[in-house]
Amino acid sequence: MIAIIDYGVGNLFSLSHSLTHIGAEVVVTGDDAAIRRADHVILPGVGAFGDAAAKLRATGLDGAVKAIAARGTPIMGICLGMQLLLQKSYEFGEHEGLGLIPGEVQPIAEVIPPDYKIPHIGWNALEIARPHPIFRDIRPGDCVYFVHSFYGAGCGTALLATAEYGAHLTAAVGRGNVVGCQFHPEKSGDVGLKILKAFCEWEGTT
Amino acid sequence: MITKRIIPCLDVKDGRVVKGVNFLGLQDVSSPVKLAEYYSKCGADELVFYDITASAEGRALFTDILRKVASKVFIPLTVGGGINTVDDFARVLNCGADKVSVNSGAIRNPELIPAAAKRYGSQCVVISADVKRVDGGFRVFAKGGREDTGLEAVSWIRRCVDNGAGEVVLNSIDTDGVKGGFDLEMLSAVCDAVSVPVIASGGAGRIEDFVRLFKALPRVDAGLAASIFHFGEVDIHDLKRVLRDNDITVRL
Repeated sequence: MIAIIDYGVGNLFSLSHSLTHIGAEVVVTGDDAAIRRADHVILPGVGAFGDAAAKLRATGLDGAVKAIAARGTPIMGICLGMQLLLQKSYEFGEHEGLGLIPGEVQPIAEVIPPDYKIPHIGWNALEIARPHPIFRDIRPGDCVYFVHSFYGAGCGTALLATAEYGAHLTAAVGRGNVVGCQFHPEKSGDVGLKILKAFCEWEGTT
Repeated sequence: MITKRIIPCLDVKDGRVVKGVNFLGLQDVSSPVKLAEYYSKCGADELVFYDITASAEGRALFTDILRKVASKVFIPLTVGGGINTVDDFARVLNCGADKVSVNSGAIRNPELIPAAAKRYGSQCVVISADVKRVDGGFRVFAKGGREDTGLEAVSWIRRCVDNGAGEVVLNSIDTDGVKGGFDLEMLSAVCDAVSVPVIASGGAGRIEDFVRLFKALPRVDAGLAASIFHFGEVDIHDLKRVLRDNDITVRL
């Protein structure tokens, strides 16, 4: 059973259907016990970091995520959900993240050339920095769909993949049983479905 | 490198795709779900569904169809047509749309774009403008291109972007349906005025028109078309291969 954490941030329609499509058993839930029971957990999210982090704390689900992370349950953060896995964000102020993966959330404006549009929106090729089980079916040049204005900086050895947009922007991170994708696998066609499937079949070890 | 996007646009009325779609080997050519799956397999980067229904029953049917499409096709979906209120945004976003395009609704109600952007984020709000040359200037038209609003197009689009629209679809009425190529002059004026993605619409007749578009205007992010894709005059895979051979980055 895969649990998609519902903490009142964003639209979970496509994500839950994409998982159903690849044959996974899915529950969209904000229930602490259901999340702790799940074999795999996805932390989604769109919008602003501060709001989302506050909602996650207000629902008490930050504790559930930290607990299952410590226990070894495979966890995937998507988009803002990936950013929440990091230590800190500088989006409209300074906010604390879950700290499961090293790194800070910074505006892409600070690293890309001024004539590049913000947000970084559209299909871009994944450049794998470090092989990982979730990328087992990904070939060089495979594209995924991005929509974001902030990125994970300073992720060090947790950096799994980047996308070139005037700078090498963090596209995926991972440490132990926790991974995060800046892009939207549920909107990235067959390539995205392959990544979701590989995640669903991953036992959390690298 | 970010890729240039190719976007087929489907008109939906009472739950069926209209405008005579003519595919070889596709049985139910008016089923939005079948067509969406077909385009997704053919390499479309995104799909636009335009709801041209007038009745409330038609609207309910449309959202039902949208839900079916979004449960089968996992690429970005944009919905337009009949979007007049923030509740209309909610209606289609809850059915799996990723972006919502507003046109006449934004002209009638200047508060629509800021309110929608505040609630759902700019990435979700697309301003779609039908523009035509009048007296040597670019003018915004409403009601499917039938009514001259008197608004100067470039400043109107810039205002929409300042108010929170995260993407612009520029449909040139002057080139639409002519199949003589995109309106490069009009697109250039809009690209110079805004810093968000611009999607070119109106005028594509053959593959070379897309090559010319992206070569002449590197700041254009995407090309949108309807009938040339629906009638199989341009195959999206072929189009993308030609673009790639011309050093234009695409997703293949």
